[in-house]
This record gives sequence, structure tokens and C-alpha cells, in this order.
Amino acid sequence: MNKLSNDHKDVEFVNVTKRFGPVVAVDNISLSVEQGAFFSFLGPSGCGKTTSLRLIAGFDQPSEGDVHIGGVPVVGIPPHKRPVNMVFQNYALFPHMNVAENIGYGLRQRSPKPTAAEMNKQIDETLELVQMSGYRNRRIWEMSGGQQQRVALARALINRPTVLLLDEPLAALDRKLRRDMQIELQTLQREVGITFILVTHDQEEALSMSDRICIMREGDIVQSGSPRELYDHPVNRYVADFVGKSNFIAGSISGVNGKSITVKSENGREFIGSPSTGAPTLRGGDHASIAIRPELIAISPSNTSAADMNADVAMNGRVKNQIFLGEHTEYLINAEGIGDVLVLSPKHIESESGGFNPGDTVTIGWKNELALALEDS
Amino acid sequence: MATMIKDGNKGSWLTAVLLAPTTLWFLVMLIMPLIVVVIFSFGERSPMGGYAASFTFDQYANLPSRLKAFTNTLTYAPLGTLLTLLVAYPLAYYLAVKVSARWKLLLLVLVIVPFWTSLLIRTYAWIFILGGRGIPNLLEMIGFDDVRLINTPGAVLLGMIYGYLPLMVFPIYVSLEKLDKQLLEASNDLGGSPFRTFLQVTLPLSMPGMATGCMLVFILLMGEFLIPAFLGGGKIFFLGNALVDLFLQSRNWPFGSALAVTLVIIMLVTVTIYMRLTMGSKTGRDVSIM
Repeated sequence: MNKLSNDHKDVEFVNVTKRFGPVVAVDNISLSVEQGAFFSFLGPSGCGKTTSLRLIAGFDQPSEGDVHIGGVPVVGIPPHKRPVNMVFQNYALFPHMNVAENIGYGLRQRSPKPTAAEMNKQIDETLELVQMSGYRNRRIWEMSGGQQQRVALARALINRPTVLLLDEPLAALDRKLRRDMQIELQTLQREVGITFILVTHDQEEALSMSDRICIMREGDIVQSGSPRELYDHPVNRYVADFVGKSNFIAGSISGVNGKSITVKSENGREFIGSPSTGAPTLRGGDHASIAIRPELIAISPSNTSAADMNADVAMNGRVKNQIFLGEHTEYLINAEGIGDVLVLSPKHIESESGGFNPGDTVTIGWKNELALALEDS
Repeated sequence: MATMIKDGNKGSWLTAVLLAPTTLWFLVMLIMPLIVVVIFSFGERSPMGGYAASFTFDQYANLPSRLKAFTNTLTYAPLGTLLTLLVAYPLAYYLAVKVSARWKLLLLVLVIVPFWTSLLIRTYAWIFILGGRGIPNLLEMIGFDDVRLINTPGAVLLGMIYGYLPLMVFPIYVSLEKLDKQLLEASNDLGGSPFRTFLQVTLPLSMPGMATGCMLVFILLMGEFLIPAFLGGGKIFFLGNALVDLFLQSRNWPFGSALAVTLVIIMLVTVTIYMRLTMGSKTGRDVSIM
């Protein structure tokens, strides 16, 4: 069915608004999700990401605007008639049914109902897909969180939906299991070729699994793009702060000269950064921040000159804290004039310099072209 | 090792002390009277009424003379339970699922309020509502003559439903209330229409509540005597009525005791079947007596 109409988007929002009484949960957003994509809604709680997912599932209907699934307008169509399936945050497995009965639930709702043999075959295949063969007759409460997660996934996937919705699916799992499931979900998505739409507040989860991320705040889309685009070219300070770690020097713009923007910090020192691709144009006097990622800052023994560090800016500071993370070391440095700065120093550099300890005075520096000048918002 | 054993002994002593009042209460207030009743049931009626010591199965042999009371009780109690369930379920569902939090408490209190008055008085009130100057009188005004409501099987069933509705509503309400609403969304999401979702998810998951409610109501209906006496006009005779009659009127204690023992046995069998059914069911983990 999908193969016939390869050019359409699997999900499209056209000027969608959702209000709950006086509260605007989703505020006039438009977006489209490509067929076969792994798409994520990322944002803090209350940003409208779960509401967006529920609008696709049909549990809520938009107050204004249009939602299309597979090119078909679906506003007003109840959830049980939509070609989408959801993996719920707490799995919502039926406690009065065993694993096979849970997974077969969607098949049993069809008319005409598939034969028992056909259903059993599909249940077995799906169990194998999520690596749960042999758990057919287990009761739900006899399984761990991770196993329940797989059953929930199987119960949704067996219906071969156009779009699979995942509502914070890994939130209840422990860290190690979460990492494994992230990789598995990604592999599974490529294998089945179904469009996955994930809702999460965990930026690492969104970055590692999705091909496209939509960052939301207070019902609005702040930026959407590939994980790399969001990381390298955030449109404003909010995105830079939400996606990965970043250091910010707040101030106002004192000069714009093509690809180099000068920001005068609160204590008068000037820093230079480049504008971010796709970000709104900045003008003199605007409130802005210089953003620099921790891994782009170099660290040297104190009083090293900027030139020796191959940097444009250098300043002295004192190491406040050091966290050894294996492949790199994270330093928190109190730098002169700009306060606390996070620096990520890779292992091979560490081995050369011998590393630094809390209390050491150091020099940190970076190249201007690596810093971004971003709108404060 | 030694201290462990000592601790264990101390624990079991404490348990024994704490359980003593309950055990005593059970023995004196429940088991003893029951033993007395069993002993009486093998005795004879003394000429002046009451009990005369003896050992005879005469009283049990005489049970068929009260067959009508048995058949009535065993017809009306299950039927009354079923009807109460049918009336209670939609009400409990409405209270648990549909009503907003603001009204929920008020409506729940309204369900209990009748319990603040004795069943005797409330059943008495129904005599007037169903009697000649009640509903039949109103019906006559709009042209339906000679409608008889009081002293009919319908009146007895109505009284039963009315009297025991809250006992059925609450366990069902509790099981529906704790039902995870996300399960309903999951069913919907998987293609189940609202009606099929009700049949496949809501109904089975409220089974423990229904079973508890049914057992509570059934046990009380098996011993009922007030409602058939008041609303059945003495024509519909239950085991409870037979017992009142035998103990208080004709003072035939041994025969009354034999009847009572038989009733207890019927109840034991029913409750055992209930336990077997619910414990063994798929929702066995949730079995609760409230």
C-alpha cells in the first residue's frame, strides 16, 4: 500500500493548534515526517511533544489545523481506525492476558479475523523479531521491565502500522538496558522500514537514534533538523543548551562584520563568534551569547600564550573539578572574567600533558571560528 | 544461631498474644453457637417448646416439609444477586469512569446515605410506595386500573436490589477505579472499538469486583427474611422466614437448627465454588474481598 505512494509524507501537521481549556499545549505548528524516518520530538515536560503524539494516535483531536497520516486527513477519525500504533510509556500491557494474547490483540480486532494458525504464525514471527521467542505463555507480571518493553513493541509492530509511535519508551529502564534498547530500536526500525516517531526528554536518546529531531518548547517548534545540524548549527541558545553540552558567555552584540560577530560580555570583554546557519540574523545591540562546546576548548598549563595553544582567545583559570570519564576527562574551570567553563579533554592530549588536578591554575583557549554567536532565547 | 531461635520464639509468642482476642472472639461468638446449633439439630422438641436432649435424625428427615422455602431461597437469592449486579454495574461504571472528580465524592456519599437508616424502615417505606395508595394510585389516575405491585415476586426482587445495591456498587467501583485508563487507550490504539474494548478489557478486569459484590449480596440474600415478609406478603417464604417462624413462633428449636445447619452447608459449598472459580481465573492475582 505504501509502495504505491512513495512521494508522500507519512505524517503531516498543517497549522495544528491544541488547546485544553485556556492552556495552549500545541501552538500552530506545521511539520512533516518522511516515510521510513526515525523522527523524534524532543523537549522538556510540558513542551507539547506528548500532545503532538496523541494527536497522531487520535486520542486527542486538534482544536485547529489538519493532521494527515499517509497523505490522508485524519482529523475526526477515532484511534481504532487509524493506521498507527503506539508503545506506551508504562507499556500498558493487558494484565489479564499472557504474552501471546497481548501480541495477538491487534490481529483479533480485525475483520475478517485471521485464522488461529495465521495469527500464531505472525505472533511467533514478531516474538522472534523482538528476541522474545519462548516467552509466548508468560504472564505479564512475570517479566522484567525490559521484557515487557519488547512485548509492548511486538504488540504494536505486529499490526504493521504506517507509523509507530513511541512515548518515552525507554524512560523506565535502567541506564545499561536503555543503551542496548536504543541500538536495538534503531536496528529494528531499519529492518521493518516503518516510520518511527519518538517522544523523549532525553537529548542523548534523541541524538543517538533519530534521523530527524524536532525540538519543542511551550507548544512551539524551536528547530527541527538532523542531530548533526542541531548540534553544529543551533538556531539559538535554547537549542545549543538542550542538545549536548555548551558553555555560554552572555552579553550584547557590539559589532557585526560578515561572518564574525562580536559580543561584549557583561564585564566588558569582547568575544568573537560566527553566526549559526539558518539562525535569524543578529543586529548590533541584540542580547546574544557566545556558545562554545566543551570539546572545542583547549587546556594548557598556566600562562601559555594563545598563539602557543593555536587559539584566538586565551585566559587563565583554576581547575575546580575533574571527572575522569575514560576516553576523555571533563574539567570544570573557573576562568578569569567568564566564570565556570566546562572543558572536555581527550585521552591522547591528557597523556601528553599529564592532566590537571583540582586547584591547578591553567590556561584555556579556543579559536573564534569554532564559537557561535547565538540569539538569547 | 542461638539468638535466631530465641528471636523466633519471641516472635511467635507475640503473634500468639496479639491473635488471642480474635481467636477467643471467634471461638465464643461464632464456633460455640454453631456447635450448639449442630447439637440441637439432633435433638427433639420438648413438649413445652425449645430443646430436649436426644440423638435422632428426625429433624433432618423432616426437611422436605420445608422444600418450598429451600426452592424459593435458592431461586430468589441467585436471581436477586444477578439483578443487583445488572443494576449496579452501570452505576459503578458511571461513578468510576464518567463522573468528574468534583461530583464523584458527593455521588458516592449518596449511594451510602440509605445505609444510615435501618433496612427495616426502608423496606417498610416500600410497602407504602408499592401499596394501594402509592404507585398503583398514580397509575389509576392516568387510566391503568387494578395494578398490583405489593406482595408480588417483582416487589420482593425490587426490595432485594434496593436493599443491597451499595454492597454491589462499591467493590465494582473500586475495581473500575483502579483500572489503568491507559489500557483502554492501548486497546483503542490496537483497533478495538469502544464497545469491544469494554468487552475485552474493562469487563474482565472488573471481574474481581463483580465476584466480591456478588458473594457479599448472595450470602446476605440467602439469609434474608425481612424483604420477603414485608414485600411478599407472606406468600413468598424464604429459609430465613422459616427460621424466624420455627425459633420464635412455634418454638421448634431442633427443627429450626437442622434447617440452619443445612443453610450453612449450602453457603459453605457456594463460597468454596466461588473461591475455586476466582482464584483459578486469569485475574487470580487480584482476588480481593473488598
